[in-house]
Amino acid sequence: MNKFNLTQFVVMLTLFIGLILLPHYLRYQHQDFMIFLIINVLVVVSYRLMTLTGEWSLIHIVMMGVGAYTSALMSKHMGVSVWLTIPLAGLSAAVLAGLLSTPLFRMTQFYFLIGSFAVGEAIRLAWIFFIKPFGGSSGISSVPSPELLGIDFMDPIPYYYLVLIVVSLCLWVLYRIEKSRIGLTLNAVHWKAPLAQSVGVNTWKYRTLAFMVASLFVGIAGALKIHYLGNVTPHQFGVGSMVFVLIWVIVGGYNTFYGPIIGAVVLSVLDESLRNLNEYRPAIYGVLLIISIMFMPKGLEHISQGLKDWIKTAKSSS
Amino acid sequence: MALLEINNVSKHFGGLAALDEVSFSALEGEIHGLIGPNGAGKSTMFKNISGFYSPTTGTIRFNGQDIQGLSPSSIAKLGIVRTFQETTLFQELTVFENVLVGCHLEAEVNLLDALFGLNKKVQQKANVHALKVLDFMGLTERKDQLAIELPLGSQRALAIAIALAAKPKLILMDEPFAGMNPEETRQMMDLTRKVNETGVTIVLVEHDMKAVMGLCENITVLNFGTLLAQGKPDEIRQNDKVINAYLGGGH
Ligand SMILES: Nc1ncnc2c1ncn2[C@@H]1O[C@H](COP(=O)(O)OP(=O)(O)O)[C@@H](O)[C@H]1O
Ligand SMILES: [Mg+2]
Repeated sequence: MNKFNLTQFVVMLTLFIGLILLPHYLRYQHQDFMIFLIINVLVVVSYRLMTLTGEWSLIHIVMMGVGAYTSALMSKHMGVSVWLTIPLAGLSAAVLAGLLSTPLFRMTQFYFLIGSFAVGEAIRLAWIFFIKPFGGSSGISSVPSPELLGIDFMDPIPYYYLVLIVVSLCLWVLYRIEKSRIGLTLNAVHWKAPLAQSVGVNTWKYRTLAFMVASLFVGIAGALKIHYLGNVTPHQFGVGSMVFVLIWVIVGGYNTFYGPIIGAVVLSVLDESLRNLNEYRPAIYGVLLIISIMFMPKGLEHISQGLKDWIKTAKSSS
Repeated sequence: MALLEINNVSKHFGGLAALDEVSFSALEGEIHGLIGPNGAGKSTMFKNISGFYSPTTGTIRFNGQDIQGLSPSSIAKLGIVRTFQETTLFQELTVFENVLVGCHLEAEVNLLDALFGLNKKVQQKANVHALKVLDFMGLTERKDQLAIELPLGSQRALAIAIALAAKPKLILMDEPFAGMNPEETRQMMDLTRKVNETGVTIVLVEHDMKAVMGLCENITVLNFGTLLAQGKPDEIRQNDKVINAYLGGGH
């Protein structure tokens, strides 16, 4: 192991131990906050896989809802164990993404963005319109929580650990994909689709693959969310939530794996700490957002990259 | 034997016939020149052959198989790779990664390989192949540089390296010498010959007449989307129609 990997390893280990110890030092309300934050990390990282191909969609949060509804319906009405419905939630979102690729990937860029929004809204309207089985506007309540060895998963601490484990695994998978030749091909599709095609890359296939994998993981995130909340409604997956995802990714930066994570964490913590300022909160949030986009167009990831370079030069000069 | 047969290919854009009933063949193993004034339809012909456009009418046969209307990636799979008129690279990737993308067909990885690295052989195969191509094109020393940082000559060489990594039977080169000084042109000509000597057939679109006459065994001349002349370099040089339409213009 070389020096640089060692620092990386130490940072990861410290982070992980910190995350394991953290909930015991938090108040109830902040334990909740951490659970949703970790779920949101999975939402932004899976979204980034999609953006690797250069396509930005507005359907990601709706796909999260697809996972959530699948998991809620199967566990509540069909009696399937939550341990099974969570992966099935991901699978159903991925399958739906596969089916939607044919019409959606006829479009690219701005048209794709709008197309994905329209399809997403259509799905959301279906949840509102078809009271059976989706429960209309009020959605589905009394969604069961997972059961295992008598552990109470209504309690935030056990659920926090469940979410931490599942999300860590998912992030590992997403990281491996990005660093593999598949990740390279996705990048190639982004930067020069015709050149990629000319050497035999089926760009449609790779866009679909990215969309399906992103939906798989955001579907799992959706299931994790609603089995903690205990209910699912169409309003949890509206365009408002999608805007937050976009903001996190843009402010964090999307050129590195960790950029969107930084964005989600920093902005969520900021938002949470402004809670007492109530009516000023959106205004402060908005101003900070504008400032960060104006002065850090490359995102927060750029600062950490600068820091890394600085440490490197400091090391080599000493 | 004809490797590539173009039969009465037309391509219309609205009312404009960018190509009008053009036929020609490229023989297996040759360097075939495709020349003509700007707007003659050369690039359009390349796009039709490589599947980026499909011809309005006419057929394109490769190795005896009809290929018109197939997608670019399927045509690449059959062994035809094009390069682009404007030097087109993955500028944000390193030279090595650029060529690795070119190895896509040679060693495509699936999700499980990507996750668990089970199939190390596929990865290995791609890496070895990419290094071999880089060496062949004289780019080994630059392999970790970003593509965008390369000088023009190396960028052109990299564009061909990407194409070569896909192990094509036929490469369509669109103005590979444009903007180069005589020394760079000479080097690129050597590289082009070297690629051809490995058994790859080349169709070459180029304005540099010295290069075309020096490299090509047969030449096809287009003018306003129609076939103007066909023949050996010497015949083309002396063809009155060609001289009037093209060579007469100061070349
Ligand atoms: N996508 C297109 N839409 C409309 N016209 C086009 C298109 N592509 C090429 N053309 C026209 O077709 C003619 C041939 O272009 P092109 O094949 O690029 O010529 P060359 O490569 O020989 O210089 C030109 O008149 C050009 O304007
Ligand atoms: Mg051209």
